[in-house]
Amino acid sequence: MTTESRRLDGNAAAGRLADVFVFDATVVRTRCGTCGTSAPLGHYHVYADGPGMVVRCPTCEKMIMRLAQTPGHTWLDMGGAATLDIGE
Amino acid sequence: MAFVSRGFLGRSGTHRGTGELPPGQYDVGDGFPVLSAGPTPRTATEDWDFTIDGEVAERARWTWQEFRSLPREDVVVDIHCVTKWSKFRTAWSGVSLDTLLAAVDTSAEYAVAVSDGGYTTNLPLEDLVDGRAWIVDRYEGEPLAAEHGGPARLLCPHLYFWKSAKWVRGLRLSSTDEPGFWETLGYHDYGDPWREQRYAGD
Ligand SMILES: [Zn+2]
Repeated sequence: MTTESRRLDGNAAAGRLADVFVFDATVVRTRCGTCGTSAPLGHYHVYADGPGMVVRCPTCEKMIMRLAQTPGHTWLDMGGAATLDIGE
Repeated sequence: MAFVSRGFLGRSGTHRGTGELPPGQYDVGDGFPVLSAGPTPRTATEDWDFTIDGEVAERARWTWQEFRSLPREDVVVDIHCVTKWSKFRTAWSGVSLDTLLAAVDTSAEYAVAVSDGGYTTNLPLEDLVDGRAWIVDRYEGEPLAAEHGGPARLLCPHLYFWKSAKWVRGLRLSSTDEPGFWETLGYHDYGDPWREQRYAGD
């Protein structure tokens, strides 16, 4: 089994992100700070079978976001240089 | 080691393939789950090296050829993943970190394992010595598959398996503890499966 076959699309992150954001994060236009790719977050690549969930750019695979749930906590790291354009 | 109680094993961390299940774990049997946080790095052995740097008098570096010519050990150990599977009697072959760390002069107390793909994990240096950690490049008699961390991974089986960094390329030694990839995202800084140290605060 290859890790590529384990990869999910960004919609797989919807449930976790719904715990964090009041908007539907999967439709939010997200610009990768590394390569400039701009796409809905739902098109980003998600690796969800580790201890936490890692969201990566669909073009350059740089990590843009990490999420983990531990008892009583949701951990969100958005230090991966991306811009989320949240429309009203 | 002949036979010691689980309590002693829990404190000393010298458990080696005796087939006991830490609290909260289940036996995955013949399976070997692949947990990925990204695409699998595929570094050719001619481009591979292993480096120990940071707070060292002089950094040490081995090419693949140099690494392969070091004294080797075969180890059979149980491994325990924080996602709750354990696997008994896994057979690895590689180089003891006692051998590698003997090449540097340091007073550091901590190490960060640094991997291809950007993964890092932190460990106390004392957990990497005294025959408790290896850089392994073979599993069950075969070259270590990329999915399982090949060409080479860290093997530190007395801690949860996220500490056994896949695709490892070096250790950075420091006098201060620097939390790694999962340790900065709510996972335990040390990760002893016998004390069920899964999450920060456990
Ligand atoms: Zn990108």
